[in-house]
Amino acid sequence: MPEVVTFYLLAGTAVVASALVIGQRNPMYSVMFLIVAFAALAGLYIQLDAPFVAVAQIIIYAGAIMVLFLFVVMLLNAPQEDTEHDVRMHPFAGPGPMRFGALLALGLAAELGWALTRTPSEAGSFAVTPVSSVAAIGRSLFTEYAFAFEVTSILILVAMVGAVVLARREEPR
Amino acid sequence: MVALDHYLILSGILFAIGAAGVFLRRNLITILLSIEIMLNAVNLTFVAFGRALGTADGQIIVFFVMTVAAAEAAVGLAIVIGLFRHHESLNPESFASLKW
Repeated sequence: MPEVVTFYLLAGTAVVASALVIGQRNPMYSVMFLIVAFAALAGLYIQLDAPFVAVAQIIIYAGAIMVLFLFVVMLLNAPQEDTEHDVRMHPFAGPGPMRFGALLALGLAAELGWALTRTPSEAGSFAVTPVSSVAAIGRSLFTEYAFAFEVTSILILVAMVGAVVLARREEPR
Repeated sequence: MVALDHYLILSGILFAIGAAGVFLRRNLITILLSIEIMLNAVNLTFVAFGRALGTADGQIIVFFVMTVAAAEAAVGLAIVIGLFRHHESLNPESFASLKW
């Protein structure tokens, strides 16, 4: 079963890389490991017969958003996290908010696992024929979702203007 | 054949890692990266469900989520740059001026 092998390989890569993103002290390494996780997820999208999403994942996430993150990390040049408030000792031994956060994450994971065990497993088999053609996605995008698509362009314009205004240096008058 | 359950469990694990990162880390950039992990976990759920139902809608929603993620990253990083200029720090504890 090569599919099962590739699934577990890619899933393991994604989980380990995501955990390393959280575990690194240097944001530069975090960004690098996140790119690894995104690559593994792109492989999973390919296995799910969604090549359009896989390619968009590589180009938009690994190519554009992560470059933006790396650019900011290098621009700010403050790689090390402050040590006095660090959770490296133990996540549950820290002050209240940290303990709350760790407990919340654990509860979320437990809840998700519980919800997944409640679903009948025969509903999870991929019996339907997949829709993987980019033409079908594009047709649906420009007919059924045309309004959302146009609103998205406004959103990007607003985000662009907002980013420029926020990051601009105040000029003395 | 890998079933839908496997993808959903993987997505849950990734979302939990992202949520843990948001609450445990003390670095604004790492917190933004954790938010990206959570968005990707949700994307995986959308694609897996779209594949299971045999529609293209899951992939289209992922397209919109990616666009919103790009806009969020751009504005969020601009705010981080602005905060760093004022306080010379990326620790969210140091941005407590509004706290009584």
